[in-house]
Amino acid sequence: MDQFMIDLQGSLGILKNGEVVGYLLKGLAFTIGISLITIVLSLVIGAVLALARNYCTTGPKRVLKTLATAYIELFRNTPLMLWMFFCFVMCPAPPVTKGFAKLLGFGSTVAVKTLFKAIVAFTLFTRGVMAEIIRGGLNAVAKGQFEAAYSQGFNTFQTMTLIVLPQAIRNIVPTMLSQMITTIKDSSYMASLVTVELMGCTKFMISRANEYNGTWIDRFNRGTIHVTDVFVLFGFAFLVYFAINFTLSCIVRRIRAKKSA
Amino acid sequence: METVFSAKAWATVWQYRATFLNGLWNTLQSAVVGLLIAMVIGFTLGLMATSGKRVLRGIARVYVEFFQNTPLILQVCFMYYAFAYSGLKISVVVVGFIALGLYHGAYVAEVVRAGITSIPFGQFDAARSQGFGYVDTMRLIILPQTVKIILPPMVNQMVALIKNTSCLYIVGGADLIATTYNFVTGVDTGGAYGPAYLLGGALFFVVCYPLSLMAGKWEERLKKREVQTNTDAAKEANA
Repeated sequence: MDQFMIDLQGSLGILKNGEVVGYLLKGLAFTIGISLITIVLSLVIGAVLALARNYCTTGPKRVLKTLATAYIELFRNTPLMLWMFFCFVMCPAPPVTKGFAKLLGFGSTVAVKTLFKAIVAFTLFTRGVMAEIIRGGLNAVAKGQFEAAYSQGFNTFQTMTLIVLPQAIRNIVPTMLSQMITTIKDSSYMASLVTVELMGCTKFMISRANEYNGTWIDRFNRGTIHVTDVFVLFGFAFLVYFAINFTLSCIVRRIRAKKSA
Repeated sequence: METVFSAKAWATVWQYRATFLNGLWNTLQSAVVGLLIAMVIGFTLGLMATSGKRVLRGIARVYVEFFQNTPLILQVCFMYYAFAYSGLKISVVVVGFIALGLYHGAYVAEVVRAGITSIPFGQFDAARSQGFGYVDTMRLIILPQTVKIILPPMVNQMVALIKNTSCLYIVGGADLIATTYNFVTGVDTGGAYGPAYLLGGALFFVVCYPLSLMAGKWEERLKKREVQTNTDAAKEANA
């Protein structure tokens, strides 16, 4: 037990190291950045998919409905990890200069390219989920709203963008925030491709914990990684993820309670 | 992309078809065992959450919030590393069962809780007035009524579980995703990207799509029936 306390002391020392904490917080910044980019990109194309699936029901436009439905169902019934790996080997990446990689804090241009591919996969996947959320919001908009808009001389495009979508989006704010939680959690899937976000950074730090937990003596005696390092470093990650997501889920609950009140 | 049209690549995939089926089998196994553990945890927590006892409710709440608000990959990784670095030999498969069960247990708990709270309070009073104890009330009166409400989200959980087995890749699992990835990067089999991913994706889709379809239809029917009952009730109230 004594040894355990000593190990724990050493492990807690890791979190007092500014370099380590800075590295982990940079990971957190990437987690948040990646999630926001993904949500925004998915929202736009998700809306197009949702509109196509819901309203392209007549004539030759039906092809669009079929395509949108196929897209949504394909991505909802296959795992995100599949698309991450798929894009990792199949998706072309734009050329990246060394300077740009450095600007983002990466040692190599390959990491930036991989990050790009992972974000592509992430948005491809999240789009399908987002489309279904938006469709739920669209279905809740009363039919009379369409008729009222048409009777006022709005064309289909105006009706959609000025009347229907704004209402649909207001309907789905809580669900969207829940999806934000899911997206932040799902961003950790990237850890299996590239070390950029919080999960990957934490995992990487554990593999180097012997350098920071006080057991490192010299290059011939490189110290050991203790189980307490796993507890402390993953514990830190758990706390950070929890703090963000729990706050979001409290906001969701508050909005829902206000709505039903 | 060109490998999609390469007959040689398809031939390699076909030659190693047993590898893919084995991956699928591992995935399904993890999903089914995970779901069983999740159901045990979920029903226990769901009952705790609706028990009216503050301490039990608190425990259930904390459990659900913790597991729903942190990533599954982190949970899987933590469990695997914690075992590995404390010197306990534990297989990835078992870590998978436990981690998936614990994570989805939180979701099942919410489903069960929603199911129980949807039963009108009069049912509990009626059961008590007839002399039913807590266990009998739940077992004979309340839970049977929740089945139709609980089933569709439970099927959705199954789909999520099947997809989430892919998290096991990060600790070296043998699920369908890991199998596919190892296949396309393998020394003997490498290069057949297109066909391998198409097959891996297709296998997931073939299993998950019918389940989602079923859950969706079920939910729709339930919603319709609810609307019907509500309008009937409104008509009666007006009459």
